[in-house]
Amino acid sequence: MWYLVRRLEFFIVTLWAALTVNFLLPRLMPGSPAEALLVRFHGHVSPQAVKAMEVALGIHTDQSVVQQYLEYIGNTLRGELGVSVSYFPLSVATVVMQALPWTVGLVGTATVIAFVLGTLIGMLAAWRRGGLFDAILPPVFIVISAFPYFWIALFCLLIFSLTLNWFPLGFAYDLTSQINLSWDFVGQVIAHAFLPALTIVITSIGGWILTMRNTMITTLAEDYVKMARAKGLSPMRIMFMYAGRNAILPNLTGFAMSLGFVISGAILVEIVFNYPGLGFMLLQAVDNEDFALMQALFLMITLAVLVAVLFADVLTAVLDPRTREAG
Amino acid sequence: MAIPIVTAQELVEPAEPRAGVLGAVASGLLSNRKALGGLAILGVFALVAIFAPLLAPYDPHSLAFDQLLGPSAQHLLGTTGNGQDIFSQLIWSTRESLLLAIVAGALATLASVLIGVTAAYLGGLWDHVLNLFTDVFLVIPTLPLMLVIAAYVQSHGVWTLIAVITITGWSYGARQLRSQALSLRNRDFLEAARVRGERTSYTIVFEVLPNMTSLIVAIFLGAALYAVLAAAGLQFLGLGDNNDLSWGTMLFWAEHNGALLAGAPLWVLAPGICIALLGGAFALINYAFDEVSNPALRAAKRAKA
Repeated sequence: MWYLVRRLEFFIVTLWAALTVNFLLPRLMPGSPAEALLVRFHGHVSPQAVKAMEVALGIHTDQSVVQQYLEYIGNTLRGELGVSVSYFPLSVATVVMQALPWTVGLVGTATVIAFVLGTLIGMLAAWRRGGLFDAILPPVFIVISAFPYFWIALFCLLIFSLTLNWFPLGFAYDLTSQINLSWDFVGQVIAHAFLPALTIVITSIGGWILTMRNTMITTLAEDYVKMARAKGLSPMRIMFMYAGRNAILPNLTGFAMSLGFVISGAILVEIVFNYPGLGFMLLQAVDNEDFALMQALFLMITLAVLVAVLFADVLTAVLDPRTREAG
Repeated sequence: MAIPIVTAQELVEPAEPRAGVLGAVASGLLSNRKALGGLAILGVFALVAIFAPLLAPYDPHSLAFDQLLGPSAQHLLGTTGNGQDIFSQLIWSTRESLLLAIVAGALATLASVLIGVTAAYLGGLWDHVLNLFTDVFLVIPTLPLMLVIAAYVQSHGVWTLIAVITITGWSYGARQLRSQALSLRNRDFLEAARVRGERTSYTIVFEVLPNMTSLIVAIFLGAALYAVLAAAGLQFLGLGDNNDLSWGTMLFWAEHNGALLAGAPLWVLAPGICIALLGGAFALINYAFDEVSNPALRAAKRAKA
């Protein structure tokens, strides 16, 4: 369990770092433009809400920095994030919660698909070393990994939406309908999410394939694999239970570490498709100088990544007996 | 705190004899098709950047032409929604895009060397703290961080972009360098330096670093690829200087003017392909580098099934 304790330390430190970045950035920049914005609020919203924003954005200057810092952390942990300028009079927390499910659904599903498919393909490529699969796939995905996410998104939009008319141009569902649980609506959600998800899968799958292939090549040369072959175990069993299971561990930790990168790309994809998730909203907040919303979104995205990382850690602990031993 | 991302680089024991290594790697690279392809692309872009004034048929800022013309002999890639020649813009943009990739890549590499090697060499609490710091930067999603930083910073010139990319791009390399430096730490030649009473800074610069050259080069290639993509993303979002000429900025204007809906796909396709070619060049050389320094990964013969 030592392993999970150390991972928990990492979780807390990272969250604290993200909070601190949020606190410091507005204070490091000269002449915060947030000040002018806040004038608009006086008299329109409750004094508490204004105060929370003042603290978050560093305008509340009659306190010492330490006091401001503690108050800011307290406010954030309690979910008092102030009021959104661009979605006035909604609170920042409400706006963030509206966007969150879209991102978690889209990026979560796409990432899991990419990871599972990529790991399987990488495993097969290493197993049939020098085969057709192995000769074609790695170079193709090296080149694809060099394409910007948003450009692949634009390309998919051009081909599948504008030219072939197979998929809608953007947003998460038809603008004429309301959110509900009918089959029709679920169909709309899938149709709208298909191209963004495809983009994320295309651009992130290469990394999993290459890492898996390269570690699998190393594990295939291990003695226990030779031993398994000598015992005459079935090739499928050797591939999945012997070489594959051990090769997947670095991929899993790599998965955790590269999620931040994946979500960065997903944000661009959301922006291209006008998909109403956290990333799309973040750009809107930046464009509208809605600083409170922007900070809250940054925190929320970091938190989402951290939760996924923690999940990968727990999975590693389950798969790898070494992490369960003390020390 | 060690969560190993195993790359082939790390699986290889650092080679001991110094002079021979680089030579062997260099000649290995020159006989590798992927590396040659990557180097050729880089070379062409470098030439285009240098000779941009001679190669571009028109002034890239000139608004003198009809808007949204299709490709023709006069305008190889057509014109933009503002009546500029896309081909000329593409050529001039090579300069800033290449500069961003190389400078930001180099600075990020420098930061990873400083932090990663220092952590491994100092060890103990320092190592723990620096390593935690690295992991935090590795996990915090970079694009949102870049967006937030860029929103607060008022000037959006090339140097702001370079700074933002460096701050967000050093962590992956630092981690790899740390684990390689750790494996070097107890070697005899470092013990000898310690016994001789050399200063820490001397030991790191003259004893440790020369043994890590090939990994540092690989990290630079990865950082340059990251810089290409990060710069393109930020500029596409309008967080660069929108009056500059670079591929990302071209894409910003194309998206801004609805190039796809207006029926000018080349305005979007051309800069994107250039970005991918430049990024792909770095990625190909990097992959080849991996193959050269790790014989286990070399393709060629069909292994026993």
